[in-house]
Order: sequence, then structure tokens, then C-alpha cells
Amino acid sequence: MNQHVTAAIENTNDADAPARDVVRLVELKRRFGATAALDGISLTVRKGEILGIIGRSGAGKSTLIRCLNGLERPDSGEVFIEGREISRLGERDLQPLRRRIGMIFQHFNLLSAKTVEDNVALPLKIEGRPKAERLNRAAELLDLVGLSEKAKAYPASLSGGQKQRVGIARALAARPALLLSDEATSALDPETTRSILALLKDINRQLGLTILLITHEMEVIRSIADRVAVIDAGRIVEEGPVWSVFADPRSEITRRLLGAIRPQLPPELAARLLLAGGTETILRVDVAGEPARGPLLSDLARTVPGAFRLVHGGIDHIQREPVGTLFLSIPGGDAGHLAEVIAFLKSRQARVEVLGHVADPV
Amino acid sequence: MSPILFELLLRSIWETVLMTAASGLISLVFGLPLGLALIATERGGIAESPWVNRVLGAVINGFRSVPFIILLVALIPVTRLIVGTSIGTWAAIVPLSIAATPYYARIAEVSLREVDHGLIEAARAMGGNRWTIIREVLVPEALPGIVAGFTVTLVTLVGASAMAGAIGAGGLGDLAIRYGYQRFETSVMVAVVIVLIILVCGIQWVGDRLVARLDRRG
Repeated sequence: MNQHVTAAIENTNDADAPARDVVRLVELKRRFGATAALDGISLTVRKGEILGIIGRSGAGKSTLIRCLNGLERPDSGEVFIEGREISRLGERDLQPLRRRIGMIFQHFNLLSAKTVEDNVALPLKIEGRPKAERLNRAAELLDLVGLSEKAKAYPASLSGGQKQRVGIARALAARPALLLSDEATSALDPETTRSILALLKDINRQLGLTILLITHEMEVIRSIADRVAVIDAGRIVEEGPVWSVFADPRSEITRRLLGAIRPQLPPELAARLLLAGGTETILRVDVAGEPARGPLLSDLARTVPGAFRLVHGGIDHIQREPVGTLFLSIPGGDAGHLAEVIAFLKSRQARVEVLGHVADPV
Repeated sequence: MSPILFELLLRSIWETVLMTAASGLISLVFGLPLGLALIATERGGIAESPWVNRVLGAVINGFRSVPFIILLVALIPVTRLIVGTSIGTWAAIVPLSIAATPYYARIAEVSLREVDHGLIEAARAMGGNRWTIIREVLVPEALPGIVAGFTVTLVTLVGASAMAGAIGAGGLGDLAIRYGYQRFETSVMVAVVIVLIILVCGIQWVGDRLVARLDRRG
């Protein structure tokens, strides 16, 4: 992460930087009373990528995303949008710039007094485009999000998922360079969430649209983000490609956020773990990327004499990279055998952790 | 009821309708922008300005705290300045409007405040300016409440216009006091009450229908 930040700062005078980076944040700080919502955030969003920012509520995510279109002003630091510093612009100068940035919201924020097509066309009306052009574009976008037949309906008659589709269509109306998603799926049920995320991914691929999304759900990051930044107490604690952060979370907060969607030792087994003694040793093995593609367990069985059993675990595919967590039980108090197993696994770039011992075979 | 009294009744109805409609319209034209100004200048509003907000609030409260019958008399010089006379139906429209405008401004303020802040933020995020927010978000979203509040104001004006008889404005209230009460013409009193009930119910009915048509919040 630090490497990346340094690179971003060094690039300040690089003529290519604006073309590559849609957003560049440098040492962003914002306080609300005694609490620091943003405590020195530096971050880059590259053209065409989906960057996910995850954190618990109150971690500073909302403040961060609102700094990107000037709805919130940082106390210090710089916000570059397509190479232009915006954090000190006046409201009047921000207005045309905000048209380059679409935004979708947790609670959709559709105007109840306007029809679906008028909602979608509103950004163009604000831009001062003629009515015929607005309605054409609205029809085109409603087709894209699969809601053409609802053009004349009012938002109150739509389901949550449909409302968010309208929100997405509206955010795309003015052909933005960047889409901000503020917890866009948090108010939706899991199935609707999946369909909205699939739509966002489609838009990202088809239109090459850069997306920055904030969420508190790792599942959202897992399914569509290319890179993830974990934010806690106003700081970025971890950043990288999604699969590598999932495979090897460095911070405690990331591990906790991942908890629900990565395999965990079953609780009844965890309750029986002893620090020493016992007849079997329980190992946690994390392996990802290239090493996880090989026949790891059969190689282990062939290379190291002695038995082992797979107790629990799973392999997930994130951004086409396998990310596995396996729980192995190694019988016998034989330290030699255990050491060999660990040595073999480490030779295959797996991370191994001795969780403890159990008295009875499991 | 004699034909003369009947004619008087008809004239009174016209005077009441005229006073209510004219002062209602004026209170709408001035009260709605005042309500918008209150919302816009308050803390976190689209044109935050605590001082303007405080001054506006104080002036509105000042006018609203004066009993109407006193306002009616106190405003005589102003009325004379605007209408040229201080007596008659048109003269009553001035104090009625001045009383109804701050009243309606407060009602409009309540409806406008209920507009979800997220909608204002969405309009800002789209690059909208203050005028866009007022025209596309605040007024359309608050419209059912604005219309319902206007209905309440009109009904209040029907009642208030009865007092305007004190400056010779005529109207149904005046007729009821002078004929129904002071001359014991019970039939006039009954007729006036019935007409007032019909008038108020009519205004309310039209207002409710309009609100139902405008409200898209489901």
C-alpha cells in the first residue's frame, strides 16, 4: 500500500497521470468535532477499474466518497478528479464538474413527483439539454437497465431493485467519467443485490466506466471489485487486488470483515482446542494464486509419510484466482511428522498456523 | 327571507369569496417564497444564513402574534396607501393578506422541511444549483403539502374575513352579525351558517382532491 501511495505522489508532475487516474487523493483529512472522519487518506482510482472501499459504519467511508464530488470539503489534503484539484473550488465551479461524476445512493433518492424517465433525464435537464434529446437518452438508459416498460411509472410503484436500476440509469445519463456508489445495495435483499452488482459489473465492462463503491459488506467487494481498500478510523489499513487481500489479510479489521465469507474453524471444534497435549493437531492452511492451482493435498500425501485429514475448508475463486483456506488434522503427538507437514506446505507458499490440539479424533 | 335579504346574502357571499380568494392568492404568492427562504437559510440549508433566518423568523412571528382584529385597525394607514381607501371589501384584502402570508409561510415551511435531505443531495451531486433544487426538488416534492396547507389557509381566511366587517368590508360574517344577531333575523343566521359550511366543505373537498392527484409518494 505504501509503495502505491509513494508512486502516486511522485506522479504529480507526470503528464500521463491524469489520463490514467480518474481520482487521486492525497493526505485527505476531515474532522467532525473531536473525531477524525478522515485521517490522512491517500488513494488512487485508475481508469476503468472498480475500486471497493470497505469499512465498518463510522469508519469514514461516507465522508470520503462525498469529498470526491465536493458534497463534503476536506480540512486539508487534495482531491484530483481527472487531474484537476477540486477541494477548494466554489460551489459554482463544482457544478459542471459534478456532471462528470454519477452517484448512486443506499436509499435511491429518486424524486417521487417525477416519472421514471423524468428522473433519469434530470441530469440532462440540469445540463440544459433539449427535451427530445433527454427523453431519447432516458429511453436508451432504461433499456440498458432493463426497465423500458416502466418509463411512465412513478418511483413509488417500483421495487427496491427497480428503484436502484433507475438510480443507476440516472447516474449514467450525463455520460460520467466516474460512478460513485454509496452503499448502493445495503437496502436490498441478497438476490436483488446480486442482480444490481451484476448490472454494475456489466456497465463497467461495456462502457469502461470507472466505479468507486463503498460498502460494509465483503460480499459486494468479492463479487465485483478489482481492488479493495480497507478503511478504519479514517485511515486506509490495507489496500490491494481483491484476491490477494482475501488470501492474505494483514490487518485485524480486514480479517474481521472477511470473517463471514471465508471458511472458519467450526465452533464446536474450536471449543475443544487445547493449547498442548491431545492426540491430533489442527492446522489452518491458507493458500492462494498459482500454488493453489496445483494438487497440493495429493502432493502432501505423497511427499510426507503419515496420515492427515481434511477437517473443514473451501476454495473460493476471486477474480479468477483460487483462494483457499483448509483446516487439516494431523494425528499423533509426533512432532517430527507435524514439522514435515508444515515444512512441505510452506515450500508451496502456503501460510500455516497451528491452531491447537484436540484430545479425541474429530 | 325577503328578496332584499336574499340579495344581501348573495352580495355577502360574493364579498366573502372575493376576500378569501384575493388574500389567499396573495398569501400564496408571497408566503411560498417566504417559506422557501426560511428553509434555504436555516442551518444546513441550500443558502445557509443564520442571520437572515433569524430576522425572517422574528418578523413572521411578530405578525402572527398580533390578533387579527388589531392588525385590521393598525394597518389602516398601510391600506390607505395601497388601495386608496381604508373602507370596503378591497380595503379588507390588505390586512387579510398581511395576516395570511406569514401564516402560510409557516405552513409551507413545514411541508418543505419534510422533503428528504437525500433528494437535495442527489440534485447537488448531479450538478444542480440552488434554483434547480428549488424548482426540481423542493417545490415538486413538497407540492401535496403545499396545496394541503393552502387549503387550510383558505378555510382560515373564510373565518377571518368575518371580522373584516369591522372596517365595512361586508361579507357573510358581517351579514350574520348585523342581521342575524343584532336584528334577530334567525333565517339570515341559519342561511349564513349553511352557506359557510358549504363554502368551507367545498374548499376542503377541492383541496383534498388536488392533493390526492398530486401525491405520487404511494
